[in-house]
Amino acid sequence: MVPGIGTKVVFERNELDRLITALRERQYRVVGPTVGEGAILYEEMTSSADLPAGWTDSSQPATYRLNRARNGRVFGYTLAAQSWKRHLYPPRQRLFRAERAGRGFRLSGGGGDEAPMAFIGVRACEMAAMQVHDRVFTQDGFTEPGYVRRRQAAFVVAVECAHAGATCFCASTGTGPAVGPGYDILLNEILDAGRHVFVATAGSEKGGEILAGLSCRAPAAAELSAAAAQPASAAAEQQRRMSADAAGVLSRSAESPHWDNVAGRCLTCGNCTMVCPTCFCTSVEDVTDLSGDIAERWRNWDSCFTIDYSYIHGGSVRQSGASRYRQWITHKLASWQQQFGTSGCVGCGRCITWCPVGIDITAEVRALEDREQGR
Amino acid sequence: MPEKKRPKLAVWKFSSCDGCQLSLLDCELELLAVAEAVEIAYFLEATRTAGKGPYDLSLVEGSITTPHDVQRIREVRRLSKVLVTIGACATAGGIQALRNFHDVKGFIDRVYAHPEYIETLATSTAIGDHVAVDFELRGCPINKHQLLELIGALLNKRKPNIPKYAECIECKLRGTPCVMVAKGEPCLGPVVQAGCGNLCPTQGRGCYGCFGPISHQPNTAALAEHFTALGMDARDVQRRFRSFNANAVAFRKESEAHAD
Repeated sequence: MVPGIGTKVVFERNELDRLITALRERQYRVVGPTVGEGAILYEEMTSSADLPAGWTDSSQPATYRLNRARNGRVFGYTLAAQSWKRHLYPPRQRLFRAERAGRGFRLSGGGGDEAPMAFIGVRACEMAAMQVHDRVFTQDGFTEPGYVRRRQAAFVVAVECAHAGATCFCASTGTGPAVGPGYDILLNEILDAGRHVFVATAGSEKGGEILAGLSCRAPAAAELSAAAAQPASAAAEQQRRMSADAAGVLSRSAESPHWDNVAGRCLTCGNCTMVCPTCFCTSVEDVTDLSGDIAERWRNWDSCFTIDYSYIHGGSVRQSGASRYRQWITHKLASWQQQFGTSGCVGCGRCITWCPVGIDITAEVRALEDREQGR
Repeated sequence: MPEKKRPKLAVWKFSSCDGCQLSLLDCELELLAVAEAVEIAYFLEATRTAGKGPYDLSLVEGSITTPHDVQRIREVRRLSKVLVTIGACATAGGIQALRNFHDVKGFIDRVYAHPEYIETLATSTAIGDHVAVDFELRGCPINKHQLLELIGALLNKRKPNIPKYAECIECKLRGTPCVMVAKGEPCLGPVVQAGCGNLCPTQGRGCYGCFGPISHQPNTAALAEHFTALGMDARDVQRRFRSFNANAVAFRKESEAHAD
C-alpha cells in the first residue's frame, strides 16, 4: 500500500540502500552527503556505502573538523561544507554558444538535458534556503529557467536534525530545526538500545511511492515520540541566535563606526557568500576561441566582496572592505526583506564556520545593536 | 587568396627560469591555433629565427636585475604595440627579489672568485617599475588557459576574462572545502589573486601565493594575525609573504612587519 501524504512508517537502516536504488531506477541522479577533502560534501552517490556513517563534524568560527563517532549514525554530521545551491544553481553555467555560420551565426546550448536530481539529507535550514531561492528566481515574472527546471524536477529526502552544531542558529531565524513542508520524504534517524531505524514521513505522492517499495512497518509509539523530540533538542542545543530586530538594526546602522571594526578583521575573500545557501550573485562573461568563430556566454558565481563586482563606468562603487561587508550583511538581513519578502538568512551558520577568520554574523549584529543602545 | 596579415608576437626573457615561456609551448594542441592566429616572430625559446619588429604583442618574462636589462626593456617597449608581462618575475620581481632584503654586494663577494666581473643591480624589480605595461598575467608560472584567454581577447578585441578576485573564489567554485578551516593549514588564498586553477588546496595544502596579492586592499595584516593564531611564529609568517611575490608591495610591507 502506498503511504499517503503525512503517513509515517519505519524502515531499518539497511533499507537506505534500497531507497537509493529505487531513486536511481527512476532515473534520478542521487546526490547526498559523502566524506571528501576533510569535510562532508554533497556529491553524486551510487549506494548507501557512500553515506558518512559513523562520521560527525564539529564547527566553530573558522574551524571545522570531521571526527569518528562511536555510534554508526548515518546523518550524525550537521551540514556539508557547501549547500545544495551547488547543484540547483551551479557555480559555472553556460548560457549559450554561438558559432559563425556564413554571414550570421548559429545559437545552441542553454542546457536543460540534465537528469533530475534526488537530494538525500536536506536539513530544515537548507529546505528554507531553497524556498528563499524559489522566490528569488521566480519573482515578478523574472524566472531563472535553469534553476526552476532543476528545482521542480528534484526529489527531496529531508533529514531532521537530532543535534545542532555550535554555529547553528536556525531556531532564532524560524527556519528549523523542524523540517517544514516541501519534502518528498522526511527521515528521522533513531538509534536506541541497539536498534537503528528511520521514521519516514511521506511528503508527496512521489515520496509515498518510493516508500512503498521499501520494507516498512508501522511506527511504534516510542519511535514516534523519539522522532518528535529531535528538533526540540536540536533547538535547545543551539548556542547562537540572530537578533529578532536584525533588519531594523541594520537599516539604522548604515553609518555605524562598527563597519571599520569589522573591516579590520574581514579578508574580503568572499568565502561567506560562496558557502551561503542563499547568496545568488553571479557575473556573466563572454569568451571566444582564438579564431573568433565560436563565442560562448557563461554565468559564474560572483561575490559582493570582490572589487570588480560593483564596477561601473569609472570604478568600483564599494571600494572599502567596510562598505563591502556592510553591503553583504545589510542585504542578507534587511534589504532582502524588502526585495523578496523574507530574510536571506536561514541560520545554517556556514558563514561563521567557513569564514577563514571566524567573523560571526550573529555577533556583528549584536555589536551593532550594542553600539546603537550605547552599551 | 592572399594570406591574412597576422599580428606579430614576440616573447622576451629577462631574469627568470623560462617556466612562463614554456607555458606557451605547453599549450600543445592549442599552440597550433595560436600559430595560425598570430605570426610568432620572435621567440628564442622555440626558434632561432628572429623576425624584426615592431611587434603587435610582446610577452615579457623575467625581472630587471642588471643595468643591461634596464636598457633592453626600454628597447622592447619601443618595439611593442601591446606589452604584457607574464609571471611573477616580470610582474613583481620574482623569487630573486629576495635579494632586495639583503646586501647583494656581500653575496657577490662570498660567491665569486672575481666579483669585479659581476655587474648586477642591488634589486630585482618588476617590468612595470621601468616601462609602461599594458596587462599583467600573474603566476609562477602563469596558467596556460589564462595566456590563451588573453591572446584570444586581444585578437578578438574584447576584454580578457582574467578575474582579479581572491583565490578563495576559484577554490569555492571548484567546491574545495577551505583547507585553513578544515585542516588548520595556513593558506594565502584570501589575499592572493585567483588563476592557478586551485592547485594547492585540491591537494590539501594552503596557497603559497604564486599569483601574488589581489590588486585592491589585500588584508594581509588580518591574515597574518590568523597565521599567528594557528601557531606560526613571526619568522614563518614573514617567510609566507616572502616567496615568488616577495617584492609585490602588499607582501613586502607585510613581511617587513614580522621579525627576521
